[in-house]
Amino acid sequence: MRQIKRLATAALIAAGSVNLIGSVPSSATTLNIVMESRLSVLDPVLSTAHQSRNHGYMIYDTLLALDEQGVIRPEMVDNWRISDDKKTYTFTLRDGLAWHDGAKVTAEDCVASIKRWAQQDRMGRALMKYITDLRADGEKSFSVTLSIQTDLILTAFAKPSGIPLFIMPKRVAETPVTEPITDYTGSGPFKFVAAEYKPGVRVVYVKNEAYVPRPEPASGLAGGKVAKVDRVERIEMADQLSAVNALIKHEIDYLETVPFDLLPMVEGLPGVVVERLDTLGYQPVYRFNHLHPPFNNKLVRQAAMYAIGQEAALQTQIGNPKYYRTCAAVFGCGLPYESSAKSEMVIPSNIEKAKSLLKASGYNGERVVILQATDIPLIASMPIVIAQHLREAGFNVDLQAMDFMTVLSRRSNRASVAEGGWSLFVTTWHNTEIEDPIRSFTVTANGNDAWAGWPTVPAVVEGTNQFLLAPDEEHRKEIAARLQELVIDEGVVGPLGSVTKPVGYSSAISGVLHAPVQVFWNISK
Amino acid sequence: MVSYIFSRTLATIPVMAIVAIIVFLLLRLSTGDPAAIMAGDAASPAQVEQMRHQMGLDRPIAVQFVVWINHLLSGDFGLSLHSKIPVWDMIAGRVGPSFALSISTIAFSVIVAIPLGVIAAWAHGTLLDRVAMSFSVIGFSAPIFVTGYILVFFFSLKLDWFPVQGYHPLSDGPLLFLQGIALPTLALSTIYIALISRITRSSLLEIMGEDFIRTARAKGATEFSVFLRHALRNASIPIVTIIGVGAAFLISGVVVTESVFNIPGLGRMVVEAVLARDYPLIQGLVLVFSFVYVVVNLIVDILYTVLDPRITY
Repeated sequence: MRQIKRLATAALIAAGSVNLIGSVPSSATTLNIVMESRLSVLDPVLSTAHQSRNHGYMIYDTLLALDEQGVIRPEMVDNWRISDDKKTYTFTLRDGLAWHDGAKVTAEDCVASIKRWAQQDRMGRALMKYITDLRADGEKSFSVTLSIQTDLILTAFAKPSGIPLFIMPKRVAETPVTEPITDYTGSGPFKFVAAEYKPGVRVVYVKNEAYVPRPEPASGLAGGKVAKVDRVERIEMADQLSAVNALIKHEIDYLETVPFDLLPMVEGLPGVVVERLDTLGYQPVYRFNHLHPPFNNKLVRQAAMYAIGQEAALQTQIGNPKYYRTCAAVFGCGLPYESSAKSEMVIPSNIEKAKSLLKASGYNGERVVILQATDIPLIASMPIVIAQHLREAGFNVDLQAMDFMTVLSRRSNRASVAEGGWSLFVTTWHNTEIEDPIRSFTVTANGNDAWAGWPTVPAVVEGTNQFLLAPDEEHRKEIAARLQELVIDEGVVGPLGSVTKPVGYSSAISGVLHAPVQVFWNISK
Repeated sequence: MVSYIFSRTLATIPVMAIVAIIVFLLLRLSTGDPAAIMAGDAASPAQVEQMRHQMGLDRPIAVQFVVWINHLLSGDFGLSLHSKIPVWDMIAGRVGPSFALSISTIAFSVIVAIPLGVIAAWAHGTLLDRVAMSFSVIGFSAPIFVTGYILVFFFSLKLDWFPVQGYHPLSDGPLLFLQGIALPTLALSTIYIALISRITRSSLLEIMGEDFIRTARAKGATEFSVFLRHALRNASIPIVTIIGVGAAFLISGVVVTESVFNIPGLGRMVVEAVLARDYPLIQGLVLVFSFVYVVVNLIVDILYTVLDPRITY
């Protein structure tokens, strides 16, 4: 009853609801941003959602970071040393690091953060198997000792997406990884304003006045993180057209993604800049369900891959060739482990080849259930094209449209299609999340423990481990190329090229950084 | 009357209880797993299972229901699965914009629609009547989002009279409040203006053929008096009914309007909660909406007795 009274009171004061939120000084500069989707989970370790990651970059700092060229640079770390046997890495924190509550950042905080992150992140989990010792050596120094010689520890600490290694206070990092954190104290260039947080409406960050940036200029996610605006107000906007209209009318300063179909509204418009800030982009992929017919048959999977192709799906979804390219690489187009192996299977659509393989496979007309996520702008239309190509090749296709959240739920169902299961789904990953076999979920093939689709291909598991143990980059490239051939041949994953997204921002702002993640330090208004 | 209101208020309790049970069961039986959604695209089955356990979703449905009802009876609607903020706080924080939009829409619709319906009835069969009813048909036919985008295009982007999106409470100043609420109100009102004006017209035309109207005219009453004093009052029951129904159906209208104009109200929250399978939040919202339906119906019933003293309960 007390709650009902509260609600009734709220309703009565309705439009005149008193603004209890702290007022903003009139001289404060506020950057109004609209991101691609809403922020729903504030724990960037618990969730792999990109918006949780973006929130993480605002308030937390990272030990290492990638610059605009993809080179690993120190960020919170002043320097690191590698032991003579190349198994122990000792990191020393730079001076001036402090939490938002004023306390000093210590090596203990870093160790606790690494431990929590490594329980959740795929690359972290893989490396933890080989970490024999992880400890603070003093207030500002900690070391990681491995049982193998690998520099992938640096790659893992610097990786920008998936689950980046955000450093949290020890008391926060000790939260069990299955529970969301509730203390959002970070040490990054902005502070989260919990009092102004309204889920689905607005997220507010204010400049961390005490932040000591690195002296180098900002580059990618590395260098000096100088907050040049006093506040960043993230406005959650459900409607894409409204967001574009708001950008045109300068009600917002920054729109993370301009929908491809709305690009003509803003391209060339005075006062609005449209730019590809993230040139690495995203990789749409499809995965088969290996547990049930028809895709528990390798020949059927190969027939489907020959039928699907890339160009039609990309053309239908993106339209403008400036923002997509065909590419067979399963470890990211234009990235170090790019390979063209088996490209003839995944780039062109070869219906005749698909028909002949399907005939040889003994396919019996089993229903192919495709899960179509209609609310993900990068992939919403691709399943329609895939379904049509599969039908042309002779498949019996049942295309089922739903929101992405339902896809996530349906996808975990391992039953047959007759019992609510599925045969194929399409999703998308940032290229930095699939850049190598250690971090990529799309190539996992360890049966029941694999990512949805649950393929069992021991050679892929073995190859992934070889990659981890490889002594140098040259060997890794060879292994990655072999793995690409294997995963495509086995139908573990079907790459659908590469897509970049246009960002729209007001010409009244400057200092926008080119990076795989949209960040808001260095921006002036 | 007081005993009627009391008995009707008591009757809401079983209604709300039934709603609570149905909503709870529907959510648990529908497709969707909040744990899988929260864990994200890359979560392993073990991680999803851990998350499910942490959320209490691995317990039998009956146990979950008893826990929920127990909390509900003590006024605790639980925490949002995603934000971990109390559901009531989240709802209370979004009531204001929806309430303001609903009130302004109903008020604007009544102010425009009733005179429009009266004029159409008065000028029955003339060009004026046809024009008024043509507008009414357009109002019925145009989807709210289309009307909204057209209004934004002309009044925001071209004329720069109103903002494209956003909401300001009255405490930010009346001008800002009105600027923010004007276009959404206009967009959402079109369908209600159409509905109410048509009902007003048809009710009046029906009443105008009654004997007491002829008597009023025979007694020398002016047409103005006949329309407003005699006819409109007697035609008001169906008009009030349709306003009540409209107020109840506003909930579906605000979902679209709040999205198009980026108003942080309950309509958008419903969509967000459903997409995220935030069970406690959905349950709380449905109970609030059900309560609103019941209250609106009660108000309409009371208004009947005010408008027509012959009606007793």
